Amino acid sequence: MTTMMAQSPRERMRARRIQVSQARENTRRIVNAVMLGLTGVATLLALIPLVWILIEVFARGSQAMTLDFLTQTFKPTSMGGGGIWHAIVGTVILIGLASLMAVPIGILAAFYVVQHPNTAIGLMVRFGTDVLSGLPSIVVGLFVYTLLVAGRSYSAISGAVALAIMMTPIVLRTTEEMLKLVPRSMREASLGLGASEWKTSFSIMLPAAITGVITGLMLAIARVSGETAPLLFTAQGSNVFSTALDRPIASLPLTLFKYAVDPDVTRNAQAWAIAMIIVLTVLILNISARLIANRRSK
Amino acid sequence: MASISTGKGLRTARPISARVTLNQRIGRALQHGDIPYKGIIVLAALSVIGLMVGVGVMLWIASSVTRNSDGLGFITATEWNPVSDLFGAMPFIAGTISTSILALVIAIPLGLGVAIFLAELCPPRIRAPLGFLVELLAAIPSVVYGAWGIFVFIPTVVKPVGEFLLNTFGDKSHGIFIPLFEGPFFGASYLAAGLILAVMIVPTITAISRDVLLAVPKAQREGAYGLGSTQWETIWQVVLPYALSGILGAVILGLGRALGETMAVTMVIGNVAQLSTSILSPGYTMASVIANEWGESRTPAYSSALIEIGLMLFFMSLLLNLLARLLVWSVSRRNPDQRV
Repeated sequence: MTTMMAQSPRERMRARRIQVSQARENTRRIVNAVMLGLTGVATLLALIPLVWILIEVFARGSQAMTLDFLTQTFKPTSMGGGGIWHAIVGTVILIGLASLMAVPIGILAAFYVVQHPNTAIGLMVRFGTDVLSGLPSIVVGLFVYTLLVAGRSYSAISGAVALAIMMTPIVLRTTEEMLKLVPRSMREASLGLGASEWKTSFSIMLPAAITGVITGLMLAIARVSGETAPLLFTAQGSNVFSTALDRPIASLPLTLFKYAVDPDVTRNAQAWAIAMIIVLTVLILNISARLIANRRSK
Repeated sequence: MASISTGKGLRTARPISARVTLNQRIGRALQHGDIPYKGIIVLAALSVIGLMVGVGVMLWIASSVTRNSDGLGFITATEWNPVSDLFGAMPFIAGTISTSILALVIAIPLGLGVAIFLAELCPPRIRAPLGFLVELLAAIPSVVYGAWGIFVFIPTVVKPVGEFLLNTFGDKSHGIFIPLFEGPFFGASYLAAGLILAVMIVPTITAISRDVLLAVPKAQREGAYGLGSTQWETIWQVVLPYALSGILGAVILGLGRALGETMAVTMVIGNVAQLSTSILSPGYTMASVIANEWGESRTPAYSSALIEIGLMLFFMSLLLNLLARLLVWSVSRRNPDQRV
């Protein structure tokens, strides 16, 4: 204290300034630590729902999961509730048909975009791809309804078209990315040897980009295997086993939706089992697509 | 010399070209398949454009009944009563906007926080797996979120939070009254929908923001550190402003996902067509009213009204996409100059 008293006014000012700047430095350090810590907290918070959903889905889903549930078709709850074989078959048909439509269109359009990147059509296709992949799925459902269902009847084929519209942009974009990585010289060498454009595309470019096409297809299937909204007004859902393409067809996500909002507890339990099947499919497809892509990049 | 040899060449060339078979001629005319090939890939490319345009055109045509009878009044009218042919979309537009805002308010800081952690703080070795886990959140189907919302999320999170808000701010007789938290509250509500949407759009915001942050040049960070900034100051005052337009693009894409999300929202929002000032009351969004009432729409006007709501959703997502594109375009145009 005595030394402080002995200081001249100028020295006192200086000591004060140092004190202030030290205090400021401390606040800066604290803010730094707090904010950086908060980003870590945010990461943990964001992962909680994932872990929580997975635990609930597997814990509750495995309770209703029996062999009968997988192999039987619909029965009223008074008769045990039956199974979801009709919905499994329906989903496989819908996704199979949708892939048959989306894969050729996606690959061919990707060839166009890669070979004509800066033409008006090329730019429009890119924009169209973005719009289609960002389109609310319910809007896709309405569109296909007005196109194929209005005036006729709900049908499996219209459901497949709706899913194909959602798959095409994914297949197109991943194929495009992979085709871009194929060295230009490969294409030029093939053309220079006298091979035609289609031969170059399908015998040289496509094999070089095939892993991209496959991961794209897997991601596209993962995306639509849980889609419900576009099927509401197209495939519509049904309780009977059917493979007819011109009639309504059952699917797993639609059945899950119906069973989840059903007041009956048996149906709710079955809804969780369906959720488990869908989530498992989506996880497997996503993880293996990631593994294939990783193996390629190494 | 030259003229003689070309003369000879021409003379000998004629008989050879005369011997071309029909097969070769077809091959040549089609350039060995190049013309059909080009035709097919152009067709595939045009079909993608055609789909985009077709969605707008078909929904425009199919919504003619209400477009002609109600005009723009359809958007502003607040009464939705299909039994007496009253179709006003305002309750749904308001519901979509309020749930989306609620979702963004939660998801922007959360998603950005995760992106900063992934891009700036976390060791590179766990960056990819952590990022993949966050992206898996986006892979879980909407309908599964909905089931989780009904049976798990509403009873364990939304109910307690909502009841707390209702008891603290929602009672006119005591304490502070905020109309935003007025009762009645049953669980299914704008709040529930907004919270679930927040969870669903965090991965979108995170994934794109992280990529944008990773693309910020190292020199920017080094410059800030060299001036004595702490790590947070570097991020907040240098890296984030640099990446701002890209982050805005990420937010817009997240918003696009929130606007169009259907199944999860339909399952937790309560489905009541009313305008309300309270986020605790049940409501509807544009997407959920289409999903929920389509089965009941027996009259042409009813279907047309639902399709017109779909048309508005289409235009909204088109607009957001254009905006996001422009942002990306402005960044990619700006960046080369700054790298120099």
